[in-house]
Amino acid sequence: MKYSSEYRDAGAAQGYAQEIRRITTKPWTIMEICGGQTHAIVKFGLDELLPKEIELVHGPGCPVCVTPLELIDKAVQIAQRKDVIFCSFGDMLRVPGSEVDLFGIKARGGDVRILYSPLDALKIAKENPTKQVVFFAVGFETTAPAHAMAVYQARQQGIKNFSVLVSHVLVPPAMEAILGSDSNRVQGFLAAGHVCAIMGYDEYIPIAARYKVPIVVTGFEPLDILQGIAMCVAQLEEGRYVVENQYTRAVPEGGNRAAQHYVKEVFCVVNRKWRGIGEIGASGLSLRPEYAEFDAELRFDVSGYTAEESPLCISGLIMQGQKKPHECSAFGKQCTPEKPLGAPMVSNEGACAAYYRYRRAELAAAGKV
Amino acid sequence: MSIVKDFTLACPLPISDYPTVTLAHGGGGKLMHQLIEKMILPAFKNDLLEARHDGAVFQLGGARLAFTTDSYVVNPLFFPGGDIGSLAINGTVNDLSMCGARPVYLSCGLILEEGLPMETLWAVVQSLKQAAETAGVQLVTGDTKVVDRGKGDGVFINTAGVGLIEHELTIAPSSVHPGDVILLSGDIGRHGIAIMAMRQGLEFESQIESDCAPLNGAVQALLSAKVEVHCLRDLTRGGLGTTLIEIAEATGFQITIDETRIPVRDDVSGACEVLGFDPLYLANEGRMIVFVPGNEVNRALDLLRTNKHTAGAVEIGRVSEQHGGLVKMKNRIGTTRIIDMLSGEQLPRIC
Repeated sequence: MKYSSEYRDAGAAQGYAQEIRRITTKPWTIMEICGGQTHAIVKFGLDELLPKEIELVHGPGCPVCVTPLELIDKAVQIAQRKDVIFCSFGDMLRVPGSEVDLFGIKARGGDVRILYSPLDALKIAKENPTKQVVFFAVGFETTAPAHAMAVYQARQQGIKNFSVLVSHVLVPPAMEAILGSDSNRVQGFLAAGHVCAIMGYDEYIPIAARYKVPIVVTGFEPLDILQGIAMCVAQLEEGRYVVENQYTRAVPEGGNRAAQHYVKEVFCVVNRKWRGIGEIGASGLSLRPEYAEFDAELRFDVSGYTAEESPLCISGLIMQGQKKPHECSAFGKQCTPEKPLGAPMVSNEGACAAYYRYRRAELAAAGKV
Repeated sequence: MSIVKDFTLACPLPISDYPTVTLAHGGGGKLMHQLIEKMILPAFKNDLLEARHDGAVFQLGGARLAFTTDSYVVNPLFFPGGDIGSLAINGTVNDLSMCGARPVYLSCGLILEEGLPMETLWAVVQSLKQAAETAGVQLVTGDTKVVDRGKGDGVFINTAGVGLIEHELTIAPSSVHPGDVILLSGDIGRHGIAIMAMRQGLEFESQIESDCAPLNGAVQALLSAKVEVHCLRDLTRGGLGTTLIEIAEATGFQITIDETRIPVRDDVSGACEVLGFDPLYLANEGRMIVFVPGNEVNRALDLLRTNKHTAGAVEIGRVSEQHGGLVKMKNRIGTTRIIDMLSGEQLPRIC
């Protein structure tokens, strides 16, 4: 398939692997930010192609994984109301809340729908004027523009029965939280290509300089990732630490200005709780006061609710690159995709799910789980 | 009601993790397998059921027969490349074919929702008729029920079927040997994407048509030519990945497949990229895998390729000596990964 098969070429992959082996002289720990990259690495076995000196650790870039438990509980509380049509991206439905997930609410008769675009939720709101239509607006900078557009259009069109439950998070503050931690092991980053396609990469330049870490904006296909690793290792070996762009076919330096405009129009930067990690200052987005009428937390009066996470789940350590999924005592035992303790075991992009799906048998054979 | 008062559960409910049935219990993945293993199989325990084939195979009178049943619930009722009627015939015809049987008679139970337009029902009935004629089977008994408006999805269909086994082979996972070659009858994933596109109103540049088709012609061609078929399995809900895992687990041998040899149409793989799906787990309704010994590969492929429903048949992998019941796939880029069963249906990703 065009734009995909050429980035999965075996010969070229071996070529990049060889180049990485050639330039590597010391051990390096590199974090890929995005869960999509984690899955590509594990699915295609890219780490098997690397020299043993290179360790890849998996970052916090999975929107499903970092959405705090209490927000899932709030979603559940709203979704079980008789007057609500609760709309969400598919991944979120299996994420466990304190008692039940959204699939459970659907099984109990709640009107929970999987959508591909928040704009479809607006259409549903127009078609169901007697119902309250709520969209679960989770994600990083990648999904923020579409959510902003839905809220913007709702106001333009005077759609009163539409609201969003917002849990937006931002990548750069999370990177700074990881780098600023005493136990940090990360020496270089592969930044998430899709996030940068929206935001550009200006905001990474001061981070690279302040913490002296190379940051390579990287795509998601096997060759993208191998090339990103090669660029990152080259910088580490040469003692350089700048922002470079591997994903030039999708990421212009300034990002997508129109998308950024709508994000700024509708959202403002706030402190956010990250599941398993805790609160990070200025790390999320919330609706601006002018758009407060579309805030589902206010509309359904769930803003005061809080919840405690399972002490068994070490997802926070995994998403900060301090532990690998199979180093968790619950991995594959109390925690499986059928009965997950934490979101990383659920999501298409979760590190635990990636290890469970692609590595479990090998780990078991090696006596590691 | 004294009967109810006296009634006690003989044993505790076997699936305590889920107080209610969720959609994932029907998704063809791990939860569905758990449901079958923990609740259904123990309740009806017998040797024929234990074989866990697409149908039961037994001797009755002088004949060796295959018997199977399947229910069809699909929304929308009509989709590119098929409809619930053709699905209900082909699905049961294919299940019998996978037992190595020649499908002969089918039953048909219609569960209709109050308010269903007669015109729609007529179209479904015509489709049932047409598909039965194409597959060369007869609908010989049936039933009709109507449920209240809102309690059905227009039409639900159950078909059961009986087929005649006219050879001495045992076509089952137990006949699979190390060294067997795995043939796939055509490109995968089209039915899954066709349904998904209709249901979600997704639009692609070209329309993706379901692969819904009867496979009995192709299977009969193999059997008539006395090809030594070891096992047959049609790829339904869980897709190629799940089907291979089922066979690997049943035989205990390792299966190794090659990603570059598995045909996936460009439009299907494009849709998968957009939605975050793996074509290995997408539903098919007219595709099968065939296990044959190495010396039968060319003959089997030649025969399959002369049938229009299996014209795209290819060799995709082998059964190896190693034990463990794993399925491994050589990736496009030359590395290897394990194919694992999904928990439930694939969910579209966020970004």
